[in-house]
Amino acid sequence: MSAIEAHGVFKIFGRRPERGVRALQEGRDREELRARGLTPAVIDATFSVDPGEIFVVMGLSGSGKSTLIRTVNRLLDPTAGSVVIGGTDISSLDGAALRQVRREKVSMVFQHFALLPHRTVGENAAYGLEVQGVNRSDREARAEEALGMVGLDGWGASLPSELSGGMRQRVGLARALAAGTDIMLMDEAFSALDPLIRREMQDQLIDLQQRLDKTILFITHDLNEAMRLGDHIAMMRDGRIEQIGTAEEILNNPVNNYVAEFVQDVDRTRVLTAANIMEQPVALLGSGAGPRAAQKLMREHQLNWLLVVNRDRTVEGLLWSHGVASAVHDGQDALPLYRDGLRFTSPDTTLNDLFAEAASSPAPLIVRDDAGRLLGVIPDVTLLAAMGNGQPGGNGETPGVSPHDIQTPIDGSTAEVV
Amino acid sequence: MEDQESTVIPSIQVGDWVESGVDWLTGNFREIFRTFSDVLETLINGLIDALLFVPPDLMIVVLVLLGLILRSWQFAVGSALGLSAVVAMGMWEAAMQTLGIVVFATVVAVLIAVPIGVLAARNRVVSNIVQPVLDFMQTMPAFVYLVPAVILFGIGFVPGLLSTIVFALPPGVRLTELGIRQVDAETVEAGQAFGATPRQILRGIQLPLATPTIMAGVNQVIMLALSMAVIAGMAGADGLGKLIVESIARLDVGLGAEAGLSVVVLAIYLDRLTASIGGSGSDKSLGALIRRSRGRSVAQRVTTGI
Repeated sequence: MSAIEAHGVFKIFGRRPERGVRALQEGRDREELRARGLTPAVIDATFSVDPGEIFVVMGLSGSGKSTLIRTVNRLLDPTAGSVVIGGTDISSLDGAALRQVRREKVSMVFQHFALLPHRTVGENAAYGLEVQGVNRSDREARAEEALGMVGLDGWGASLPSELSGGMRQRVGLARALAAGTDIMLMDEAFSALDPLIRREMQDQLIDLQQRLDKTILFITHDLNEAMRLGDHIAMMRDGRIEQIGTAEEILNNPVNNYVAEFVQDVDRTRVLTAANIMEQPVALLGSGAGPRAAQKLMREHQLNWLLVVNRDRTVEGLLWSHGVASAVHDGQDALPLYRDGLRFTSPDTTLNDLFAEAASSPAPLIVRDDAGRLLGVIPDVTLLAAMGNGQPGGNGETPGVSPHDIQTPIDGSTAEVV
Repeated sequence: MEDQESTVIPSIQVGDWVESGVDWLTGNFREIFRTFSDVLETLINGLIDALLFVPPDLMIVVLVLLGLILRSWQFAVGSALGLSAVVAMGMWEAAMQTLGIVVFATVVAVLIAVPIGVLAARNRVVSNIVQPVLDFMQTMPAFVYLVPAVILFGIGFVPGLLSTIVFALPPGVRLTELGIRQVDAETVEAGQAFGATPRQILRGIQLPLATPTIMAGVNQVIMLALSMAVIAGMAGADGLGKLIVESIARLDVGLGAEAGLSVVVLAIYLDRLTASIGGSGSDKSLGALIRRSRGRSVAQRVTTGI
């Protein structure tokens, strides 16, 4: 079951907004509604957020993303459509039941922190619990624990005015964590922070999310932030969701020009991973084979290097063509394996981190999974091509591979094993 | 009085209507008004008696200490000098009577004004109704209230007190409404997002954050009450106002100056004192020092979990 499920949500501002919903469903555009005194902020938004994921809604200012997040906990009532949280359709709840949902299921972090300046950091962090009616000693203990999680131990006695922006937002985060809800809504939570602090907070959020398994709906106008944080990203424009997908899907398969133009400036090296650009080796050599078999295979495929793998697909080593040639010439039976200079990497390493590793060795980067099994290789040319145009699969020297294929482990038929 | 007459607009006798209205009230509800008047008279006299029961020297010490705690030592020195001057001029009793009216009127006005201000802030309709009523109360010349008040309640403290309340009320309502409306919308949203009830939001977020503005309103209420309390002297309320009215009648420049100076001392004292309660407060006050140190130790206990 989804943690949050929004279906056909409209939010239109103005008098008698229902007529706007009908008009939009009949195919009129925003401008026509404006002329009739209606402002459609969210148009037919449908999405679902899985438990334990970070779902990012990304859009420029005026795209309706802040309005959308407010319909999820009904700070704004949707004009039409339904929002289901943990199986409860909140659109129909009365005041008391809605407050119950907000206390127990959904907390929120705000762009400008929204702390209470007359209360200490500790009292601010305990606010959600105070509203819930938790007794003083319990809520102080839980607030202190939450402050510890965000790295603010010992700051409970300070006033928010004594803290820097980044620290204040940590208090905002601690307040949401202390409330103990499974779902957290974060409305441009890091947008008011300077870039260094923002990055630090993003790391902390990812870390917390993994430890506590919270479901997070995150709003941002910063695409790099969206790509970094989001398990799924919804791209919004003019009130509509244009595309929902993972960062890679949106980068590599934008549904329309708007999304494509939007993502063209993204720093791909931080988003694309080894899994996105790696290639299947054209041929592989079994570890039982000898130098002559290696030479035959390399001639056939015009290779100057060849990987040697064991039966369980762990990498035994790499052969250079000149090494193989001299081994055959000398009549040796053992393979002249090259091992020391090999570089291994995991499939989720970002391009950014691959450059340094690739530069230190003439051999191709070898991508393998946690068990050490070969997944693919990244020759220098592929890495350079990826940096140049961001397209996986290189420039035709090697067969192009679509992102879907490369995530599956090599199956024997695609590469010849002797 | 003859006035230009229009051939189109018929003349109406607003004055006659009000007069007959007041006549009707006095005719039918005389007892109720008198009883109300007696009760108020007793209360205000009790308050003034209490203020006068304390010897002037001791009272000055108390007021000066209050100034020291809430504002600064400079203010304490200034108010010590000013209040002593009031005693020296023989104006202490009249000053305490005026102070009594001001305090009483302010308390009543604030008790009425703040809830109305809160309602107006939450509801546009209430706000739209309240605004013109406040305009009426504030711009209608104060003397105009005084005459019907004297007719209804008789000579003494009460008519002065009531017209003082009416006159001083509007800034209390206006600034309460303003204060609550200008509380950061995101902060109120935060309250809602964590499931706070409207009452929890009002008491925990809106009122505390609006306090500086509300206190500015209370300060205005006090200043208006003081200026009206002087006019109330005309309706027979004892105090500095009555002395000033006398000095005008007798052309007694000396008495007028003494009473006038005493009003100035009282006004400055009350203004500065209430301004510093208004929150932003100076750091020089003893109270701020104490609050800071106590706030720390309490908060430290909170975080160490003792």
